[in-house]
Amino acid sequence: MLAESAKYDVSCASSGSARRGKPGELGSSRASGICHSFTEDGRCVSLLKIMLTNHCIYDCAYCINRRSNDLPRATFTVQELVTLTIEFYRRNYIEGLFLSSGVIRDPDYTMERMVRVVKELRTVHRYHGYIHMKSIPGASRELVNEAGLYADRLSVNIEIPTEQNLKLLAPEKDHISVYQPMKFIQQGVLESVEERRRSRHAPRFAPAGQSTQMIVGATDETDKDILSLSSALYTRPSMKRVYYSGFIPVNQYDHRLPALKQAPLVRENRLYQADWLMRFYGFRSDEIVDDSFPHLDLEIDPKLAWALRHPEAFPVDLNRADYELILRVPGIGVKSAKIIVSSRRFSRITSSTLKKLGVVMKKAQYFITCGELTSTSINEVHPEFVRRELTRKKPRRGFDESQAVLVFPE
Amino acid sequence: MTMIVFRYDKTFEGLLTAVFDAYFRKTVPGELLAHGEPVPLFADEVHDVVTDRTKSTRVWKGIEKKVPKKPRNMILHVWLSEQPGSDMLLFRYICRIFDSPDGYAYNLADECVFEVRKLAHKVSREGEFLRQFVRFQKAGDDSFFAPVSPEYNALPLAIAYFTGRFSNQKWLIYDVKRRYGYYYDLKNATEVTLEDDGHLLDGKLDPRLMAEDEQLFQTLWKNYFKALSIKERLNPRLQRQHMPRRFWKFLTEKQE
Repeated sequence: MLAESAKYDVSCASSGSARRGKPGELGSSRASGICHSFTEDGRCVSLLKIMLTNHCIYDCAYCINRRSNDLPRATFTVQELVTLTIEFYRRNYIEGLFLSSGVIRDPDYTMERMVRVVKELRTVHRYHGYIHMKSIPGASRELVNEAGLYADRLSVNIEIPTEQNLKLLAPEKDHISVYQPMKFIQQGVLESVEERRRSRHAPRFAPAGQSTQMIVGATDETDKDILSLSSALYTRPSMKRVYYSGFIPVNQYDHRLPALKQAPLVRENRLYQADWLMRFYGFRSDEIVDDSFPHLDLEIDPKLAWALRHPEAFPVDLNRADYELILRVPGIGVKSAKIIVSSRRFSRITSSTLKKLGVVMKKAQYFITCGELTSTSINEVHPEFVRRELTRKKPRRGFDESQAVLVFPE
Repeated sequence: MTMIVFRYDKTFEGLLTAVFDAYFRKTVPGELLAHGEPVPLFADEVHDVVTDRTKSTRVWKGIEKKVPKKPRNMILHVWLSEQPGSDMLLFRYICRIFDSPDGYAYNLADECVFEVRKLAHKVSREGEFLRQFVRFQKAGDDSFFAPVSPEYNALPLAIAYFTGRFSNQKWLIYDVKRRYGYYYDLKNATEVTLEDDGHLLDGKLDPRLMAEDEQLFQTLWKNYFKALSIKERLNPRLQRQHMPRRFWKFLTEKQE
């Protein structure tokens, strides 16, 4: 039951810190993380994502465990949680523990009990698997520091990107209570890095850094607001990931929330694409969205959208151009770009090679030149045309394309 | 053009010896066969490769010098694929690497290099699947048991992971398709073959052999798994893409 409430947390990453197992003790963790199962909605299950309790003193409109919801409430004891984690782990069900909780009594009280769970796992059971722990907003510095010694990653959820909207939906919370623990974690990480430089026996502090999560579509923020906030967060040294969670209306009676039929999945997907562009493709947030285009295009991905707005940057000559430029071509990803750069030392890159490498030629053809390829580049046809070509719906099944179609001018 | 056939003992060392012989005799085989296999009618010349440790080591040393670690691992992966023709592919690949400048293993525009990489990826993906989807069941004697049946022979690739992670419990992972497995006795993982493995084929341990609390944790895990999916976002296609159906037989959460 407590998993039921925790499932809306999207973070699945079990990555970022590698720890070799010790002989005779349980567990190891790998830098790339391992997903152990996949739910029917296709999300990966890698951590035992569970709440210590679903009691909560807060009344946040977007949350299923809000105080005013009439739910059966339950609480784990420390011992129960520890056994469950160890036994699941031994059977290779999970990669580690993701511990979260509703707030009981006050933030410090809750945080203290969560710390006890991870402390027991690490010290009594000598468990070396992955632990991701939620830091409760408003928790004291001492507790955050202690948590960092045992957990691999700590996270504090921002939930709502702007403060005034947070106030609207969760009147008892504010941004300071979120940013304060974030700062504690960051300081802890930096201090530990500094100390480990002096002595390699110094304890590691949250070696996988921290992450946060924002709800998308519950309030009226634009994608520009969201992305500029995340790019600001990424400039902080310990921030590893920002998660976006498409809003799912769990409390439909609350009129402060928009009535949605379906979670904004496409928008969430576009945000992740934009997030990747910022982290791996060297895009700045103001290149992806700006004042004239405050929202991401739902029809086409953000990289293609950028390319269509900047036809002057193309075509890119794949046999000559720098890696950074090749990376900007729609249809070419990090992997293909690297392969192109390493292979062209030996032979010319041709369109048939590209196809084999997995480059999406349908998109890429308008933006590249390579040896023999003489297809029309974006500068010859209009960006509008490229857009129309790429967003055209696939013909219905049974529609015979070889048949001549008479098109009547309107 | 003459058609030359090499016959060898279908071991990896044999293959490396075949490469050595090809360079020594300055002939390139058009086909690799096992000892005793009938030779095609149109073969002009048959050479029987005698597997030789020193020759194969020399070839491997040469590969180590010429090929960086990552592509070198691919050679092993392709060998474990056990696909028909994968030995000939490796043979051509190794020769191609020897005859080309350094770093050629990164030239994906080369047909042969590309094929090796493609097949190696499939095998290493299978190894990752094993790391993900092995499900241990606890037996009465506190040892843990997991049956698997991967498409390629990828179990050796995953063993290091299991010994590192589950170093304080005894376990057995058994490949029911190839009828062998690894048993870990708290010190080392050793290859074992069970005499009587017929009862393992359906993927479930006999309830009589299970530890007392095994059923309880299996049920807990199943409930947890069920509770986790969000019905507003169902996407079974994506689930199958990440977790192919051929593994479901052995997955606790997918068993009835």
